[in-house]
Amino acid sequence: MTALIELDRISRTFETPDGPITAVDAVSLALESGEAICIVGESGCGKTTTGRLLAGLIRPTAGRLLYEGKDVWKTKGADLARFRRAVQLVHQDPYASLNPTRTVYQTLSAPLFRHKKARSGRQALASVRELLERVELTPAENFITKYPHQLSGGQRQRIAIARALTVDPKVIVADEAVSMVDVSIRISLLNLLLALGREFGVTIVLITHDLAVARYFARVGRIGVMYLGRVVELADTESLVADPAHPYSAALIAAIPEADPDITRSKRRVELRSAEIPSLLRLPPGCTFHPRCPLFEAGLCDVKVPELLPIPRRGGQPRTGGREVACHVAVRERTAEPAAATA
Amino acid sequence: MPVLSVRNLSIDYLTRRGPVHAVRDVSFDLEQSETLAIIGESGSGKTTLAVGLIRLSPRGTKVATGQILYTKNGQTSDIRTLDDDDLREYRWAECAMVFQAALNSFNPVITIWEQFLDTARAHGMKDRHKVRDRAAELLDLVHLDAKRVLPAFPHELSGGMKQRVLIGLALMLEPQLVILDEPTTALDILTQRSIIDLLRQLRQRLGFSMIFISHDLSIAAELADRMITMYAGRVVERASVADMFYRPRHPYSMGLLRAVPRVSGALGSVASIPGSPPDLMRLPKGCTYAPRCPYAIDACREADPPLLPVDTPRHEAACIRWQHVAGVLGSDAEVPVAEKLA
Repeated sequence: MTALIELDRISRTFETPDGPITAVDAVSLALESGEAICIVGESGCGKTTTGRLLAGLIRPTAGRLLYEGKDVWKTKGADLARFRRAVQLVHQDPYASLNPTRTVYQTLSAPLFRHKKARSGRQALASVRELLERVELTPAENFITKYPHQLSGGQRQRIAIARALTVDPKVIVADEAVSMVDVSIRISLLNLLLALGREFGVTIVLITHDLAVARYFARVGRIGVMYLGRVVELADTESLVADPAHPYSAALIAAIPEADPDITRSKRRVELRSAEIPSLLRLPPGCTFHPRCPLFEAGLCDVKVPELLPIPRRGGQPRTGGREVACHVAVRERTAEPAAATA
Repeated sequence: MPVLSVRNLSIDYLTRRGPVHAVRDVSFDLEQSETLAIIGESGSGKTTLAVGLIRLSPRGTKVATGQILYTKNGQTSDIRTLDDDDLREYRWAECAMVFQAALNSFNPVITIWEQFLDTARAHGMKDRHKVRDRAAELLDLVHLDAKRVLPAFPHELSGGMKQRVLIGLALMLEPQLVILDEPTTALDILTQRSIIDLLRQLRQRLGFSMIFISHDLSIAAELADRMITMYAGRVVERASVADMFYRPRHPYSMGLLRAVPRVSGALGSVASIPGSPPDLMRLPKGCTYAPRCPYAIDACREADPPLLPVDTPRHEAACIRWQHVAGVLGSDAEVPVAEKLA
C-alpha cells in the first residue's frame, strides 16, 4: 500500500552568514490516511522545518516529498493544486495567524470562493456555519460576525482549524497548535483534531515539544522523536513512553516533570554526559548525540552515523506498527535480546 | 512566625472602562524555608499578585486593601507602608524576584560581569574584588563556569544558562525570599529539568523561602510544599501539595489536574474545563467558577463562597460543594485525579 504522504530521505539546508545549517537531515516518514502522529523534540531539532517540508511550503535541498506516490516538487498544474488543497497547516500562534481586520465569515469564506467551493454568498454562509459547527463553535451565529480580538485564544485556534478545513484537506500539519492556549482547554482542542481524523479520515501531524501532549494525542498512533535534524526514534506511542529505545528519548522521558508529586519526585534520572546541545553549525561526527550519550562507545558512535533501523517490540505484543531507532547500541542490544532469552 | 504574611490583599487595575479586580482578597502565610506554588490560568491574577508583593506593579494599579507583612529577626513590617529607602532594601536584599520574561531581563549591551557589578553597586557593594569573588561564588552555585560566563554578553548564553545567571543574581544578597514567575516556561525539557534540580538543591543548601507562580502543575508537583489555586483573582483552594494533587476539594483545582495528561503511568480520564474564565470587569454573581462548574447548584450563584477549612484545618477551599467533590473523588490517597475519575 502506498502511503498517503511520504518524506523520502528529505533534507533541508539553510545558508547562513556563519555557514550552512542542515535543519533536517535525511528524514524518512510515511503517513497513512487517517493516522494521528506526533513529532516531538526540543527547540532546534528541526521539527518545524519537517512540518513545513511535509506541507510543501519549502523546497527540500535533497530527497523527495511524495503525495499519493507522486513527487510533489515535480508535479505541476492540477496535480500540484490538488496537493496544495490536500495539505493544510495550522500555526502555533492564533493571535498572529488570523487577519485582525477580517471577521470570522470573511476569514472562512475567502478560501471557499477562491477554490470555488462556494459560488454565492448564501452557499458560503451555509458552509461557514457548518465549519463552525464542526469546530464546536456553536451557535454559529454568535461567531460569524466576530473579529479575532473578540475571541479567546482557544476560539481563535478553532477558527484557524476551521480555515484549514475549508478546502477538505487530507492532511493537517498542526505546528505547536495547542502550546499557546491555556492548559485547561488544550485537551478539548486535541480532541477536536482527533475527531476530525476519525470522522473525516484526515491525517493529523502534531508537532510539539510537550511529550505529555504527544502521548495524549497519539495514544493510538505513533510518535517520532527528533534530535538535531534527524529522527532518532519512531514508535507506537505506548512503546515509546513505557520503553524508549533511544537514549535521547529515554533521557527526555525521564526528565519530564509530571503533574503528580509521587511519580515526579521518584523518577529515575538518565544521566547525560554533557548538558550542552551542539551547534547545528558544528555537528559532531557520527551520531550527533554521542557527546551527551550515556551509551557512548568510542570508535563506533563517533564515527558512523546510525541509520533508523527496525527493532523488535518487547513483551511479545503483536506487531501492530514498526518500531525504529537510530542508535548502534540500542539496535545491537535489542535485536540480540530475543535470541538470548530463548537460549 | 511566617516570613511573609499576606492579609486580604486586593489589587485593581484602573482602566477607562473602570477598575479591573485582578487580585481579590488574597491571604496566605509563607513559613521559613517553605515553597509555595501559586497556580492558575492566564488572567487568574497570579502575576499581578507576585509583582504586587514587591510593590513593582505598573502605573495605573491600585492596591485597594490589605497588608503584606514581612518578618525578619522578629521584626514585622508592612511592605505597603515602607518608604523608598526601606523598600529598596526589601527588594533584592530581602526578597528577590526572577521574572517571567527572564530571558529578556538582562541589559543586552553589557556583559554578565557588568550586570553583577550593577546589581552590587545598587546595593552599596563598592569593592570590585569582593563583587568579583561573590559573582564567581554565585555562578559556581548555579553550576556555571565563571571564567566563561562573566565576560560574555547575554546573547552569547543559552536560555538555560541565562536562567541560571538570573537565579545566581537573585541570590546575590542572600535574600530570605525568592519569587519566581514561570521559572521554566520557554525552556526545553532537559534544561527545565536541570533548573528544577538546581532550585531544589539551592533551597536545601541556603534555606530561603520560595514562591513560584506557574500555569504548569508539574513544576508545582516537583517543588512545592504548599499550593494555592487562583481563579478570577481569588484564592479558591489552599492545601499541601499532596492534598492538592490527590484530594482536591475545589472543582477548579480538580479540573486543572484533570486537564494535564501525564507521560508515565496510566493516562486516565483527561478532559478540558468547558468555557473560559470570566471578564474581570463583569464578574458573575456568586461563585465566579459556577458557570464552568459541573457541580454548581442554584445556591452557588447566590453568593461568592468564602475560603473555609475542608478535610483538615490546613486545607481550605472556597466551595460550598466541596463535600460533593470529596464524594466524587473518594478518599484513596496517592491516586491521581484523572485516574479516580476514569
